[in-house]
Amino acid sequence: MSQHILAITERTDGGLRKAGLEAVSEGRRIARKLERDLHVLVFGSDTDAAETELKGLGADKIWCVSNIRQDMFQADVAATFAAGFIQREGVSIVLFGASMWGRECAVRLAVQSGGSIAMDCVSIQIERDSLTAVRPVYGGKALAEVELLKEPKIAVIRPNSMKIEAAEGKGEVEYIACDAVESRVEFVEARPKTGDIDLTEAEIVVSGGRGVGGADFTLIESLARASGAAVGASRSAVDEGWRPHSDQVGQTGKVVSPKLYIACGISGAVQHLAGMSSSGIVVAVNKDPEAPIFSRADYGVVGDLFEVLPLLTEEIRKIKD
Amino acid sequence: MNIIVLVKQTPATESVIQISDDGRSVLTDTVKWIMNPYDEYAVEEAVRIRDAMGGEITIVSLGPAKFAEAIRTGLAMGADKGVLIQVDAVQNYDELEIAEILASEIRRTPYDLILAGQKAVDDDGCLVGTAVAEYLSIPGVPLVVEQTIADNSIQCVCDRDGGEIVLKSNFPVLLTVQKGLNEPRFASMPGIMKAKKKPLQIKSLSDVTDTPEKYGRSKMQLGYVRHAPERKAGRIIEGETTAVKVSELVRLLHEKENVI
Repeated sequence: MSQHILAITERTDGGLRKAGLEAVSEGRRIARKLERDLHVLVFGSDTDAAETELKGLGADKIWCVSNIRQDMFQADVAATFAAGFIQREGVSIVLFGASMWGRECAVRLAVQSGGSIAMDCVSIQIERDSLTAVRPVYGGKALAEVELLKEPKIAVIRPNSMKIEAAEGKGEVEYIACDAVESRVEFVEARPKTGDIDLTEAEIVVSGGRGVGGADFTLIESLARASGAAVGASRSAVDEGWRPHSDQVGQTGKVVSPKLYIACGISGAVQHLAGMSSSGIVVAVNKDPEAPIFSRADYGVVGDLFEVLPLLTEEIRKIKD
Repeated sequence: MNIIVLVKQTPATESVIQISDDGRSVLTDTVKWIMNPYDEYAVEEAVRIRDAMGGEITIVSLGPAKFAEAIRTGLAMGADKGVLIQVDAVQNYDELEIAEILASEIRRTPYDLILAGQKAVDDDGCLVGTAVAEYLSIPGVPLVVEQTIADNSIQCVCDRDGGEIVLKSNFPVLLTVQKGLNEPRFASMPGIMKAKKKPLQIKSLSDVTDTPEKYGRSKMQLGYVRHAPERKAGRIIEGETTAVKVSELVRLLHEKENVI
């Protein structure tokens, strides 16, 4: 039986998730190396649009499943569908982007298909029949190499870790419907945070810590808006109740790897550094020249953030205009 | 409401990680051990639900004898009893195996609700809770930050990328819990004293499963572990005024690093 490479991605009203596109692109590279076909399973709303969005990423066949609604969760139904698909089509390697839905679907698929799984992979190595992946552990303090042993081998890719690149593929498209299987979980409603950039997929993150001094994050938010960044926070800012826990960067929050990370009024505790150490460029703004964050930052500005941030916002606006 | 809470013991998040000479494991002899922070939210929520609705809380863990400490912490917070499936080296089992073993133990106990931390802060696997639900063929609700039980069902607000989603399920159900769900209590002195007398059953793998030999890194093998590349101190931008420093910073980010 042919052993395809399969990327599984969800589509929201805002389009395909970046992590999903990374999974497709990595799938293309693996398929090329193993001389196999790359198939893509798209779940979610408006799968017609997915066809356009996936164009140029090198899929050989795109399967659009429109009646499983990722926006209504249904990760269990999608996993059951995917397990059947894998058995029917013959699939040896499956890639997901590590969104909340992607993780949930991937784990259920691993159990249902009897395969193996590695979560939050930042790189994947293929040597003949072996798949090894590197994944951050201890909140990013260490990197562990793992080898998946059972097919289908499922690798869930951490956002911002793989290159999205143009590639050629056969580009066939087929629309399919999933047999009626009911989700074990009932969807009540979605509460999207409008206008915000998703922290884990953002190219730039501006984070505030204890130095911000209170729940008024206006300066951080203005800088974020000017630079097209997502807003993050340190554990102290979250524990003080200044920011929601979903903004927390660190070992008990989110692990981020943007191109640029700007830490404002954050001292740099070990557990925070763990969550942002894989960022591209790190900038620290802190009035304490001894703050540990400076020993991990590419650029440091010693100064009062209330004075630095408005100037920084202004300068960035000038460039963007 | 009979509740099972899945608990793991992990190194404290302030711990600096040391790696063994052969580069294949993290040294854990000298670190301070705590209950996995996400599991604290699970225990706290279980205690609140039990106090409101009655029933019993059982803490279940799989790991070395040392993990009994985390179970005792849970008992001191208010849980009723504990079960430790004792294995000497938990790292010799992959996460899917651990989930399958936990599921075999859970099948032996009547339960309505299972609570688990959304991830363990050591392996960062984010999968044992959900996998347990799938092995048990029960609904699973991930990343719960708020829950309400009414009319024999549970409604949960869950974190998701770019917002929240509200999901509802019948019992039995498994919830993986996220920071923000509650503020876990500290175990009180009387709580700690009482916990010493609460039942904690130690089981072996063969007590829990008929096929203990099938487990042992059958799905995922560990290779090396190494420190994440350490970030070096860069450059402190000097300048007479803040405005000068900021201009220079933006110039570097724009022209040299090309990130703005």
